[in-house]
Amino acid sequence: MAITVARPKLNWHERMYLPAIAAGMAITIKHFKNMILGRTKVTMQYPEEKWDSSMPEHYRGAPALVRDTDGRVRCVACQLCEFICPPRAIKIVAGEIPSTDRFAKVEKYPEEFDIDMVRCIFCGMCEEVCPEQAIFLRKDYAITGFTRDEMVHHKEKLLEIGGVMHGVVLKWNEKK
Amino acid sequence: MDYFLITTSLLKIVGMLVVVILPMVSYSVYAERRVSAFMQDRLGPNRVGPAGLFQPIADIFKLLLKEDFSPRHVNTFYYWLAPCLALVPAIITIAVVPFGSTLFGVPMVIADINVGILYVFAIASLGVYGIVLAGWASNSKYPFLGGVRSSSQMISYELSLGLAVIPVFLLVGNLRLTSVVRYQIEHGWMIAPFIGDWMNLGKWLLAIPMIISFVVFTIAVFAETNRLPFDLPEAEQELAGGYHIEYSSMKFALFFLGEYAAMISGSAVIVTLFLGGWHFPGIPDGSHGWIFGLINIAVFFAKVAALIFVFMWVRWTLPRFRYDQLMRLGWLFFFEIALVNIFLVAIIVAYSRF
Repeated sequence: MAITVARPKLNWHERMYLPAIAAGMAITIKHFKNMILGRTKVTMQYPEEKWDSSMPEHYRGAPALVRDTDGRVRCVACQLCEFICPPRAIKIVAGEIPSTDRFAKVEKYPEEFDIDMVRCIFCGMCEEVCPEQAIFLRKDYAITGFTRDEMVHHKEKLLEIGGVMHGVVLKWNEKK
Repeated sequence: MDYFLITTSLLKIVGMLVVVILPMVSYSVYAERRVSAFMQDRLGPNRVGPAGLFQPIADIFKLLLKEDFSPRHVNTFYYWLAPCLALVPAIITIAVVPFGSTLFGVPMVIADINVGILYVFAIASLGVYGIVLAGWASNSKYPFLGGVRSSSQMISYELSLGLAVIPVFLLVGNLRLTSVVRYQIEHGWMIAPFIGDWMNLGKWLLAIPMIISFVVFTIAVFAETNRLPFDLPEAEQELAGGYHIEYSSMKFALFFLGEYAAMISGSAVIVTLFLGGWHFPGIPDGSHGWIFGLINIAVFFAKVAALIFVFMWVRWTLPRFRYDQLMRLGWLFFFEIALVNIFLVAIIVAYSRF
């Protein structure tokens, strides 16, 4: 059923509209004045200002590979992350470490380690599943490229983002 | 042949157009965006150059490089004519407005004709053809509605526009815009007669109808230039842009520039008629040295800029009128107010001696 909404009865100075117009213009000029005097808070000017400094510790940005303090790539090419990755963004080609190497008992290392950042959903499952603590989600979020190929992070790029991790996984050290 | 007159006139025309009007038009677009942003607690365009000052140049490049698409169903001749008709009248209105006193003895008005204000009205009302033709030639319903709205709106407000200036010319005695300015130098600005005889009550009494006249004229100029709260012809929410839907690239930009040029020439006329033109108390005219001539020109354009700011301020404050409200306001209020105002001024002029 249609309801008839009663129109409010305006008195004479409300019907003149001029006081209301003046009040409205006073409000807009107040905002203008505050902006000119720099009292208004405005949005972050993105490329110049970034919120990196206030980013939380648990932020999940781009995944990256890390080296340990000996300079060894921590990844042992077990391919667990490749299996768990929901959008199947990770591709690993495993290689064998020669027996003469200092870390021969690790046996495998990733010859190629590609993460397709077009596919990556930043879920962090690779980090969670990694038994070696070799892959971490870092705070990089502005990942750009002109082509799909550019958006694939190869091993060098991943290691560059990751850097060196001082960590608790010590099982491959000679002493053990 | 008077080569001196021709040369100075050409210099004035080119100088006005290239140095003042066109940059002012493009920078009022920029100012509009910045002012609106500031009033809405945003920053507005601030990327191109320092504080975004080169934004108009970027805009023009963008608009020139865009595809100039014209639909197949348009009436080609009028479709091409309309954008020119929107911009040209707005610019040539400036011709009769005195924008300064004298510079090196040359009067700073392009054409000081004795039918000044009639010329302004005649040319300014040509501006409606640009919009009506755009609406008609586009051959599609929203532009058509915009064009029809525009024509009826302009006819309604033309009336109060014309009636509102009659009191000014009752006082001045002729239609020359330079004599309006001269009158205001002798007697004080129309809305604030602070020059000469301070104690004369009749003078201050006269300022009241002048202020009414000023308000009515200003509001009518808002309607003439299709600015909010009277931008019914292009009402984005109702007509999806109105008369310029079918236009693209530089043709669209011409409508845009036409609106701002009309705003500038409207402000220039308001300044000349009511706010003392290039006169500012305490500053002598150009016969005392060329520096004062330049200052007078600067004063004039400062006043125009202030009025343009008011235009923007109003635009970003008030909502759009409904169409019947617009017509009611025009025909039942402004028309009557302007008419009564004429009699008021006539009575005061007849019975007071000053």
